[in-house]
Amino acid sequence: MSDTTQSGPVLAADGTPLKRSLARALRMQKLRALMLIAPLLIFILLAFIFPIADMLFRSVENRIVADTLPETVVTLKDWDPMSGESPDEAVYESLYYDLFVAAEAKEHTKLGTRLNYEHTGISSLFRSSGRKVDDIGKADVKAIQRSGDGELKNGALWYEIMSGGSSAAGDTDLLDGERTKLAQLTGEKFSGDIGFVPGAEISKLFPRTAIAYTDFALFTAVVDGDIVAEEKPWETVYVAFATEVSTDGGAANLASYTGPGADALKAAAAAIADLPPISFKEAFLDIDKDWGNVGNWRTIQTYSPEYTTGYFLNSVDLHLGADGVEARPENQQIYITLFKRTMIMSLMITGSCILLGYPVAWILANLPTRSANLLMILVLLPFWTSLLVRTSAWKVMLQQQGVINDVLVWLGLVADDARLVMINNQFGTIVAMTHILLPFMILPMYSVMQTINPTYLRAAKSLGATNWTAFWRVYFPQSVPGIGAGSILVFILSIGYYITPEIVGGTKGVFISNRIAYHISSSLNWGLAAALGSILLAVVLLLYWAYDKIVGIDNVKLG
Amino acid sequence: MADASNTDAFVEFERVQKSYDGETLVVKDLNLTLPKGEFLTMLGPSGSGKTTCLMMLAGFETATHGDIRLAGVSINNIPPHKRGIGMVFQNYALFPHMTIAENLSFPLEVRKMGKSEREAKVKRALDMVEMGAFGGRRPSQLSGGQQQRVALARALVFEPELVLMDEPLGALDKQLREKMQFEITHLAHELGITTVYVTHDQTEALTMSDRVAVFNDGRIQQLAPPDELYESPQNSFVAQFIGENNTLEGVVKEISGNHAVVALDDGETIQCTPVNVSEVGQRTQVSIRPERVEYNKERLQEGAHTLKAEVLEFIYMGDIFRTRLRVAGNDEFIIKTRNAPDQDRLQPGQQIEIGWLPEDCRALDA
Ligand SMILES: Nc1ncnc2c1ncn2[C@@H]1O[C@H](COP(=O)(O)OP(=O)(O)OP(=O)(O)O)[C@@H](O)[C@H]1O
Ligand SMILES: [Mg+2]
Repeated sequence: MSDTTQSGPVLAADGTPLKRSLARALRMQKLRALMLIAPLLIFILLAFIFPIADMLFRSVENRIVADTLPETVVTLKDWDPMSGESPDEAVYESLYYDLFVAAEAKEHTKLGTRLNYEHTGISSLFRSSGRKVDDIGKADVKAIQRSGDGELKNGALWYEIMSGGSSAAGDTDLLDGERTKLAQLTGEKFSGDIGFVPGAEISKLFPRTAIAYTDFALFTAVVDGDIVAEEKPWETVYVAFATEVSTDGGAANLASYTGPGADALKAAAAAIADLPPISFKEAFLDIDKDWGNVGNWRTIQTYSPEYTTGYFLNSVDLHLGADGVEARPENQQIYITLFKRTMIMSLMITGSCILLGYPVAWILANLPTRSANLLMILVLLPFWTSLLVRTSAWKVMLQQQGVINDVLVWLGLVADDARLVMINNQFGTIVAMTHILLPFMILPMYSVMQTINPTYLRAAKSLGATNWTAFWRVYFPQSVPGIGAGSILVFILSIGYYITPEIVGGTKGVFISNRIAYHISSSLNWGLAAALGSILLAVVLLLYWAYDKIVGIDNVKLG
Repeated sequence: MADASNTDAFVEFERVQKSYDGETLVVKDLNLTLPKGEFLTMLGPSGSGKTTCLMMLAGFETATHGDIRLAGVSINNIPPHKRGIGMVFQNYALFPHMTIAENLSFPLEVRKMGKSEREAKVKRALDMVEMGAFGGRRPSQLSGGQQQRVALARALVFEPELVLMDEPLGALDKQLREKMQFEITHLAHELGITTVYVTHDQTEALTMSDRVAVFNDGRIQQLAPPDELYESPQNSFVAQFIGENNTLEGVVKEISGNHAVVALDDGETIQCTPVNVSEVGQRTQVSIRPERVEYNKERLQEGAHTLKAEVLEFIYMGDIFRTRLRVAGNDEFIIKTRNAPDQDRLQPGQQIEIGWLPEDCRALDA
């Protein structure tokens, strides 16, 4: 053994370090093994890891505010909610343009719904304002349309003006920016040629007008599928022009404008010169006086960032109030109670599964094979029946006019007018779920008990132990891994169960998962559902960790 | 000890029968008495009912018929944990969730013994099997031989008068097995315990036991001390089962007292000692041990009967030579000779004459 005398690394026959040549030899093997499991890996990635990651992400994701009101969010940043005053004109102006586009895309109600989770009443504010937002600045719109010989009433001239003529330089940056904005708003793709590029000159002189028109053009071409030049522009274009031309320097800009339709624009500017300047704030307060409510604005500001802890706070009955995190009103606190109830009832279900399952598993493991197989079929039978059927059967059994009550009344154990309430409460949920989850307890216990050699019991008895001592000191400790595995299975399954509690749980016997299901399918508050789900996941992992610390996960045997 | 009378019987089986399924008898009419302090081995092929007998004695199976007595008391209705019988199982059955010391103290705990007394006894028992340093380990952390010692110590720690062992050395390698055989017999005799030992290894049975009970087909075929069993098997099963054996088939021609003449199937006649043949004309298997066959004329005793033989194969085995011959139509006739300086090595094809003493040639049932 010359290797042992060398001080350097051990070398392979060809002189490369042994470690490296071993790694090379193993790499091929590993690669081949990886290819074998690749389909499963991809499946798990797509069907398991990715959805979970997506769910975790949704619980903090809050892009909807910034996506729907991109400009408002920016202008609102400087507003101080503690001042007690509603925001200034600039915020309302941004809100006008954002809300107009959102209303065209019918996205404003979604935002209303989202913010309504945090501050009740915002939903209706957005819905009604979305309908009325195109009335803002109506006088100016009409005046511009009537100006000159009415050329600005229809789309053709506007198209000429905004594109700056066929040979003018285009402002593609603006176009691309608006494409992105609308894509984020609607979730659709706004790519491709729309037959319009904003002119560089006009976008420099009247940027807001150009933006408004570009939005209109993109929408017309992509969503409606129409020709931009043939459509009458949105009111926002008129309003934007009216505000821009009447601000300081607006007139000078107009004078310097040399592109197509310069005369028409000048006539329009003259037509609105006598009208009072548009006040967006007043207009919004006219639509709904709640737009002056500081609380509403604070909610919008609080939930402007792209990520929020709001859903998680909500999940534990808290919310972000004026002075940071605070408890929700008493009547809105439900989740902590539900979490506690879910835990306690899952523990009770696990406990009753252990009590009922242990003897069955023991008999299964000690019966001769033929009878054990028969009994096993009985244990597995519930698996072959629909979950709904089994749960409904319990409804039939447990209800007040049901089989059990009838029998008790017939036996005279219970008075006819005092029939037991066994369904639509926690008792019903525990009974039905114990029945449904029992096989998950029995099977791991059975497979562990099967490996316990009966000679251990004989040995214990030959050493002088009574039947009970032999069981308790020798057999039971060896079956604990089965109990552990079964308990983990049953507990984790029951913590996330919702069909059975939904059917037999009434109001007192529902679990947190029923609430999650409600938010997923009825209230469509996916963020909250995701946050509740994430908390549930965290609780399970925490319990798993605690179990590992206390019992040791090596002591869990599934077979 | 061999001829224990009923007066000092410690363990008694009387006309015991056992059936598991109600159709076949696994143990048929078992009669056995065992004096105190004896080391008895049950030897027999697989499925012959050895374990069943042991389990009936330990109380894990009930006899279908008959009586089992321990120190004169019938134990048919005493539950296993009250019988006070130590037992060593084939797979040791050490409790995996307890340490070695806990395993040993278990029988003392269930007997409600005080802590200090328990510890002293456990220590003594562990020292006895030279495992004193391993008290804190789990069974899975011990080698097979060490587990074996612990199992033995556990069966002895509560000082039972009777210890049962069911193939306790089955899982060990040859060397360790031989060492343990010695240790077990040594301990058993030193402590004066009565032992019933089950094995299907005949060497083990011969070297360890005071008496051996050869089981076959649910019956004891022969119950005798090892030397008697080897040298005077009572029937052809025992002759075949214990040690190596040559058989020649034939018919009894004459029989008188200690002497019989058998006509072999190829016409030769030989002189034998009749064992369980009684009448002329009966078919018989004649059995001769390979080491009792001689071919060197000078060493053949006077009056020895000789037969012609052809050497088929010569096998060198170190301490002995083993030669396969064709004798009276039997190609599997083996002789064994000591590797001594004056011993010839037979060549295949060589024609020789072999002979033996009539006392070494036993006519058994066919
Ligand atoms: N629990 C049982 N149920 C039914 N038949 C059994 C049972 N235990 C043993 N038998 C049968 O009884 C017969 C004797 O079995 P036993 O275990 O006593 O044999 P053994 O002599 O110990 O064999 P081995 O040397 O292989 O251990 C066998 O034919 C076996 O199949
Ligand atoms: Mg056996």
